[in-house]
Amino acid sequence: MNQPHPFPGFSHAIVRWGVLAALVGVIFFAVPLMAKVYELRVLNNLLLYMLLGAGLTIVVGYAGLLDLGFVAFYAIGAYSYAILASAQFDFHLPFLLVLAIGTILAAFTGLLLGYPVMRLRGDYLAIVTLGFGEIIRIIINNWNGLTNGPKGIARIDRPDLLGWQITTPRDLYLFLLVVVILVYTLVFRLERSLLGKAWRAMREDQVALRASGVDTTRLKLLAFALSASIGGAAGVFFAASQRFVSPESFVLHESILIVVIVVIGGVANLIGTVIGAFVVVIVPELLRGYQDYRMLLFGLLLVLGIILRPEGLVPQRYGIGWILKKTGWR
Amino acid sequence: MELIQQTVNALSIGAIYALIALGYTMVYGVLKLLNFAHGEMFMLGAFFSYWLIAQVVGSSETLSFLQFVGIGLSILFSCLLVGLVAMLLERIVYRPLRGKPRLSPLLGALGMSIVLQNVVQISVGPGIFAYPTLFGSTRIEIGGIGINRTAIVIIGLSVALMAALQVFLQRSRTGVRIRALAEDHEIARLIGIEINKPIAAIFFIGGALGALGGVLYAANYGVMQFSMGTIVGLKAFTAAVLGGIGSVPGAVLGGFLLGLLETFAAGLLPKLTGGLIGTEYRDVVAFAVLIVVLIFRPSGLLGRPEGTGEASDKKDF
Repeated sequence: MNQPHPFPGFSHAIVRWGVLAALVGVIFFAVPLMAKVYELRVLNNLLLYMLLGAGLTIVVGYAGLLDLGFVAFYAIGAYSYAILASAQFDFHLPFLLVLAIGTILAAFTGLLLGYPVMRLRGDYLAIVTLGFGEIIRIIINNWNGLTNGPKGIARIDRPDLLGWQITTPRDLYLFLLVVVILVYTLVFRLERSLLGKAWRAMREDQVALRASGVDTTRLKLLAFALSASIGGAAGVFFAASQRFVSPESFVLHESILIVVIVVIGGVANLIGTVIGAFVVVIVPELLRGYQDYRMLLFGLLLVLGIILRPEGLVPQRYGIGWILKKTGWR
Repeated sequence: MELIQQTVNALSIGAIYALIALGYTMVYGVLKLLNFAHGEMFMLGAFFSYWLIAQVVGSSETLSFLQFVGIGLSILFSCLLVGLVAMLLERIVYRPLRGKPRLSPLLGALGMSIVLQNVVQISVGPGIFAYPTLFGSTRIEIGGIGINRTAIVIIGLSVALMAALQVFLQRSRTGVRIRALAEDHEIARLIGIEINKPIAAIFFIGGALGALGGVLYAANYGVMQFSMGTIVGLKAFTAAVLGGIGSVPGAVLGGFLLGLLETFAAGLLPKLTGGLIGTEYRDVVAFAVLIVVLIFRPSGLLGRPEGTGEASDKKDF
């Protein structure tokens, strides 16, 4: 209490509410009004990757299990929507119903994958999940009868939210923004819950946790299922926003990018995940002018970033909780 | 007859996987690092040797004896060069990240993989290059069966080098140090083992063997591309895990096993399922077998069980 406040004057309720209102005003009204269509598309992409990052943060960050096949759940969600709401089979189920189906299907697949591999230690888990991701991709690529193979599924229905047709990138931006805020709130609550604490304990010392009578297998399965369900939901949003899916979007490279999002910003830290998504989506956009050298520069920045800040750009202790506390919300 | 032919094919691709898997497994054994940039050593080996051989051979139609020696030296030189690249990689990227949270060196490796691929893509272009069939395509009669000469060179060379590596690890001073480090980092340091040199040696050997894998692969299939390291590297990594990552004999076993699995799965799948599941599911079989093996033997076929050494104590973050 005797320490000087890091943001002087911020403890005043009026200032706090004012800043929050300004923030809401900018991201909900100013950005969608000012941004060009192309910029909105980039932002929507950013929001999707933020969702994926939040999902993987649960497994990799909180539970400490390295998952290199996360894109499989993304693919399951995307193909659920593509198959159940498109001209492919002339199924046109409502968006929210498919969202539920895709999420549950992905969570179920997460359990299915998680159950047999729970005994494996970190790095073995990494290769098994990687292999699982490849298996799903190969099946999607070759099961022509269901997924239309490498050609992919086009003419996917526009999402319809209880009468609100999402047609323009602007609508999509607002919709995804609300989803991201909801999911991040949820995941942050999860981090603070007893379950979140148990995950952290498991990450630090699995043996000790098991010795104190906690069922670590259940913890791991919960982490897998929850993160898979977020991945599946993100997949549904992806299919609904692109209105076209193909196996190209679900390659190993994509899984690796999501791991980069989770690690580069700072592991087990949602602020870090947001920053990681910025790094992965916005930095290559900014480098677009360099054309051929774009990915080379991106790789170099990645290596340089991790050497200079091995804990990630934002260390774990500076998370959402830290900001809330320092600004007097809690 | 065809069975033997297929087995020879399987063993030659298996030998290549094994060569690359050795680099993964040795690095993992000592540093507990999944070196995702190792597949690029394989790719660099193919490209360096392509360039060097082109300098030696020029445009001549028939090769003189001196040019044959030159080709051999080109291959040797490109392997050594890639070994140095791998050492440099360790010095610049992995050493500063040693002892840091475990995912950081992994990210460094991923970043370097992107960098190396793009350096090659920018300097030579993204196209597919035709690689010379170095060892000729003539068949050699062994017991009435014609066997591809390239396959014999691949299998012979790989097995000889793997045996040499095993002797090196068991007998030489550096080999003993490497094994001590793999056993227990802390204790090895406590009894005064210098750690940087053995680690550099591992990267050099692993990189050079991976590069040779690249040369042999390109000579066998006659093509190379800047992105070739990703998928083959992934297969070799799978082989290393299948055999038990950290175990050198395990990597060899895993490599050959994966080669056999792939080749025969590709041939048998359509027959067994009546054409329902075709050869394109070959990789699914490889990964499915890996998952099943790991369920019953969580540390791979020849890996040390969990709970020994440093691996299980080291925190992820």
